[in-house]
Amino acid sequence: MNSAHAGDGTESTRRRFYVSFIYGLAAVIGGTLSVPAFVYLFFPPKAKSASEWVDAGDVSRIPVNSPQEVVFQRNRVDGWKITAEKSTAWVVKTPSNEIVAFSPICTHLGCSVHWDDPTKKFVCPCHNSVFGMDGTVLGGPAPRPLDRLAVKIEGNKLEIGPVQRNA
Amino acid sequence: MRKIIDWLEHRTGIETAIKNFLYEEIPASSGWHQVIGSMAVFFFMLQIFTGGLLAFNYAPTPGDAYNSVKYIMTELTAGSFIRGLHHWGATMMIIIVVAHMAQVFLYGAYKKPREATWMLGVVLLLITMGFGLTGYLLPWDNRAYFGTMVTTKIAASAPIAGPYIARLMGGEGSVGVVTFARFYALHVLLLPPFTMILIGIHIYLVRKHGVAPAPVETKPPKHFYPEQVFKDTVSVFLAFMVLVVLAVVAKVPLEKLADPTDTAYIPRPEWYFLFLFQTLKFFNGPMEVVGAVALPGLAVLLLFTIPFIDRGPMIRLAKRTFAITFVVLAAIAWTGLTVAAVVTTPKNVESTEASVTPTAPGGAGGWQQLTPQEMAGIGYFRQQNCKACHPGGGQKGIGPDLTRMPADHRTAAWMIPHFKHPSEVVPGSSMPPVQLSDAKLNSLSAFILKLTPQNEADFAAAPDPVVQGAIVYEDNHCNSCHQANGAGTKVGPPLNGVGGRRDRAWLEQHFIDPKKMSPGSMMPAYKFNPQDMDHVIQFLQALPGA
Repeated sequence: MNSAHAGDGTESTRRRFYVSFIYGLAAVIGGTLSVPAFVYLFFPPKAKSASEWVDAGDVSRIPVNSPQEVVFQRNRVDGWKITAEKSTAWVVKTPSNEIVAFSPICTHLGCSVHWDDPTKKFVCPCHNSVFGMDGTVLGGPAPRPLDRLAVKIEGNKLEIGPVQRNA
Repeated sequence: MRKIIDWLEHRTGIETAIKNFLYEEIPASSGWHQVIGSMAVFFFMLQIFTGGLLAFNYAPTPGDAYNSVKYIMTELTAGSFIRGLHHWGATMMIIIVVAHMAQVFLYGAYKKPREATWMLGVVLLLITMGFGLTGYLLPWDNRAYFGTMVTTKIAASAPIAGPYIARLMGGEGSVGVVTFARFYALHVLLLPPFTMILIGIHIYLVRKHGVAPAPVETKPPKHFYPEQVFKDTVSVFLAFMVLVVLAVVAKVPLEKLADPTDTAYIPRPEWYFLFLFQTLKFFNGPMEVVGAVALPGLAVLLLFTIPFIDRGPMIRLAKRTFAITFVVLAAIAWTGLTVAAVVTTPKNVESTEASVTPTAPGGAGGWQQLTPQEMAGIGYFRQQNCKACHPGGGQKGIGPDLTRMPADHRTAAWMIPHFKHPSEVVPGSSMPPVQLSDAKLNSLSAFILKLTPQNEADFAAAPDPVVQGAIVYEDNHCNSCHQANGAGTKVGPPLNGVGGRRDRAWLEQHFIDPKKMSPGSMMPAYKFNPQDMDHVIQFLQALPGA
């Protein structure tokens, strides 16, 4: 690049030594900074959200084959905050007395689905996705069935746990 | 590649600009002693980088600030490393800037025509300290709060300007949300671009006048690149490695959440302000303004005017005996003051049992000894799931350990407003309000007042039906006629030992129809539902004998 020093052999060796050190050390510094920065920005927080079970009321009140909207309080870990927020689930009792809880969040774009009793289907108001009582997609753009929430029954008490995402 | 560079060069002239920068001629005498300025620029950029990363996960309001710093340190991978780089980077920045000044001073590089470069350097030193001062508050722990308290008080004591400075800092010598917002704004919004502009002008001036030559230059000038750039890079690299080791090895302090009512806390500013802190101790009463304002002011003025005081021609370093003596004396004085401050300030102990008021005499016993009101408090404590954040048993929770609260929080007068509006009493508290009636909040605070590290396990073992019974007892104001565990009036018979005198069936019948069981009784009938009946009887049976 610079012709002023080009003629001298030892001069150009020394120059090469300088230049390689400048780039080498700068690369080490860059690496030492960018690796932790990447990890810091892209790794998820160390999970401490213990799967929490919350009381969602009396299970005997839910009629067979008639999904009920159940409202419950749930603590959500949001960064450095834990917020108590209202959650809802559609709870279905099957003829075999099995209890299933569906997340009301449409798997398409996240609007809230509601139970349409005349047609016996879950309907999303946004883009007309339709789900059956078992959560399967019956129509519309939804890519996968409704997500289920873990349920546990103690006596007559319904407890709702974490979301179990459908694949 | 060449084509792209040519295209860029033709449009922007960037290649020529870089070449001009790199092939700048510098005196042949330039060498290792002139690397410190480049180190300062590198560390400034590093602070911007790590500071930006921290800001991505930082909530700039008191309380939330603390929680988010804790989140960075404990929840995020490499979070404590990034904070370590930023924290120790600030320390290294101060050392490097002071070393840069000392070098320039020793070599007399501030002499004509470089006076303005020097004066700008003094401003940059003050800004570096300003970064330290404002950044110190941002974790909002006890250290930050009380350290800043001292600083703002010092600034407020300045003659004439004091009250205005205090106002600008967000209050009359107090530290709160306003001070916090302003320090944050200074630290991340105003100081960084201002500093960048000043560094730009500083470097422009260095280029304009050229690197200061030795008094006698025997060889022809050389190029900045690559030899001097190599020396700069090696120095930057070594300093950076020291920083990385510090960030990995040395623990960055994050104390308890700032607690303005903690009277036991001994404030201490960051180490590079300790000399000022110590100087203050020599001046008392009306003389304080001398140590707080006059002396530092004079020192800054002296720094500014050095190029005009020392106007002689450049001479060899070895002959600058006065300058060398001055630097050595300043270093000795600074070290002496700092060491004295470290030695004479007692170490802070995290508040332990010592600050906890012991339970009332006779209250040393277990849950059976609690008054109905206190026992009902256990019920509310369980019902509100306080345990989720205050797990007790010395475990770490989101909230503080309730058995080790400072003495001035152990009053109902402090607790009840805090229960109702947590963040008004403790700014930034993430505790949700406790939605209970005043009477129930009284109960809850009465129970918490009884908590000590020794008895909490025992209280936790109080059977749930008994505790629920205490709530029934309180809800029905039984205490307005009866006494239990020393609380209540003696209109009716005291209830301690009633479980030994009467059986369950008798008690139940007595609630339903008092006159039938004890003729002449003034007690009204209580028609409890079966569950409440069971609980209140279990509660009565659990009361120890008189």
